[in-house]
Amino acid sequence: MFYREAGQFKTSYRADQGILTIVQDRFVIGAFAFVAFCVVPFFINDYWANAILIHVLVYVLAALGLNILTGYCGQVSLGTGGFMAVGAYASYKLITAFPEMNFIVAILMSGGITAAVGVVFGLPSLRIKGFYLAVATLAAQFFLVWVFNKFGWFFNYSPTGMIVSPPREVFGFLVTGPQASPEARYLFCLSFVVVFALAAKNIVRGRVGRSWMAIRDMDIAAELIGIRPLEAKLTAFAVSSFYIGVAGALYFNVWLGSAEPTEAFDINQSFFVLFIIIIGGLGSILGSFLGAAFMVLVPITLKTVMVDGFGFAVGAAKHAEVMLLGTLIILFLIVEPHGLARLWQILKEKLRRWPFPY
Amino acid sequence: MAYERKIGDTILSVDQISLAFGGVKALSNISFSVNQHEVFAIIGPNGAGKSSMLNCINGFYHPQEGTITFKGNTRRHVRPSEAAREGIARTFQNIALFKGMTTLDNIMTGRNTKMHKNIFWQALRFGPAEKEEMEHREVVERVIDFLEIEAIRKTPVGTLPYGLQKRVELGRALAAEPDLLLLDEPMAGMNLEEKQDMCRFILDVNDEFGTTIVLIEHDMGVVMDISDRVVVLDYGKKLADGTPDEVRSNQAVIDAYLGVAHDDAEE
Repeated sequence: MFYREAGQFKTSYRADQGILTIVQDRFVIGAFAFVAFCVVPFFINDYWANAILIHVLVYVLAALGLNILTGYCGQVSLGTGGFMAVGAYASYKLITAFPEMNFIVAILMSGGITAAVGVVFGLPSLRIKGFYLAVATLAAQFFLVWVFNKFGWFFNYSPTGMIVSPPREVFGFLVTGPQASPEARYLFCLSFVVVFALAAKNIVRGRVGRSWMAIRDMDIAAELIGIRPLEAKLTAFAVSSFYIGVAGALYFNVWLGSAEPTEAFDINQSFFVLFIIIIGGLGSILGSFLGAAFMVLVPITLKTVMVDGFGFAVGAAKHAEVMLLGTLIILFLIVEPHGLARLWQILKEKLRRWPFPY
Repeated sequence: MAYERKIGDTILSVDQISLAFGGVKALSNISFSVNQHEVFAIIGPNGAGKSSMLNCINGFYHPQEGTITFKGNTRRHVRPSEAAREGIARTFQNIALFKGMTTLDNIMTGRNTKMHKNIFWQALRFGPAEKEEMEHREVVERVIDFLEIEAIRKTPVGTLPYGLQKRVELGRALAAEPDLLLLDEPMAGMNLEEKQDMCRFILDVNDEFGTTIVLIEHDMGVVMDISDRVVVLDYGKKLADGTPDEVRSNQAVIDAYLGVAHDDAEE
């Protein structure tokens, strides 16, 4: 009733293959974009920016990257944290070695460097699949973090072993460093996420995306119809690592401001992003957004409710939060194994028919 | 078969192919040739090596001996993806569709080898990549029209009934506009109406697009009706080859299918 495509006819293939083919969808997404770009910046403060908005945005980007690899191409990866570290350290080296370099260019280049590293660690995928590949990428995770700890060149021999993001401007607005305003940092991340999400959507509905999905669904048949597995898998690794690298660069420069590899980029990061895409929905761009929002917001909400609402001690609340979140995830995966994106689809179907059962 | 077709020169010739898996000889010294625009059937009892033969032709198996000549290129080993690019398309005995994708996307993958815009254009989409996509969509829509599957265009293929999945798989092969179409038991598990439909599609493909077809089928009525020539395999050896009538009256073939009185039963 509320969500009906009746009367909306397509007269060209172009219109039929659009992203938002239904007027209601366009309206909702347009409203969201308007609020995100034009309303939120006027109300944002440091807490909202740091704890929630930039936090979600960075993970959306990382989840998009992992979703391309795992959700679309079917190659399980546990190296996300390591690749985020590559992006962060690449951007750190670039902006400290070339202070004049445009910050956006530096971020994109660190994505490119991560893509190259990703391709190298993606090479085993040509021979091994599934859990075995997951273990191979786990090696990437530990190896990369070890490298960034071990060799002083990566952190410019700073005595603490930490990397600290120097202040950089984009279009005259400071986006990194302690003086950067939350609005500027938020809008900077948001623009990245929007552009990259659109690009990801375009890629996955084109030729490259179809060859990824073909490899995921049945690699032998894909090869027999002319898709080169080498090419498809390595482009998936490259594109995925590019996204994750950019996410890592933003994570370090814009969100954290300073980082130390063992803590900021450990294996928990990899699992966190993997949970995001499983809960959000494998093989869904929207799912990356929903999953990231879920995984970031639910713990914060639980904590706020327990500490402020029920007056729990902070320590007890922390433990309870972990248990509750775990239970929620398990329950959730039993009820809807295909994630939030599928849930949204089912809801749309229901809205379409309501109030009739069929 | 009232219409006139022009049977051309040899498009595919298989020469002295032998394939063994360890000690099992799946194929030994098989030779035959297929002419352009022909419907060519490979028949034989279970385990005769029919599917292995197709797998050799499109590069999935690599025979130990012998050569395969396709469109003048002689080779023994070829990668499946290269064979596909040369113009060999196939369908499978057990449906091998991409289950998570829609009918439309599945058939679009058949066009993959013909699309060339790189990933950066595709990320941008607007402009050349979109134009290319639309051109190929048009070809795919013609295939969809041809196979009469317009209604399931946007349905994920995993949810479709068996007969339709077979049809979508044929569509995916056709979308590549192959010169040689290999069909591995296109009618297995179908009821009479579905078989008739499938026969009609195969003959129409052959007639309208001039595609050469090599098919494996167990339904003798179908094979004898639609094929121009037939080769019979048994235990990896070639028993006979020729027109359906010649094969039907061949004593070795009758023995293989019906068994011989004194010897072991073949079935």
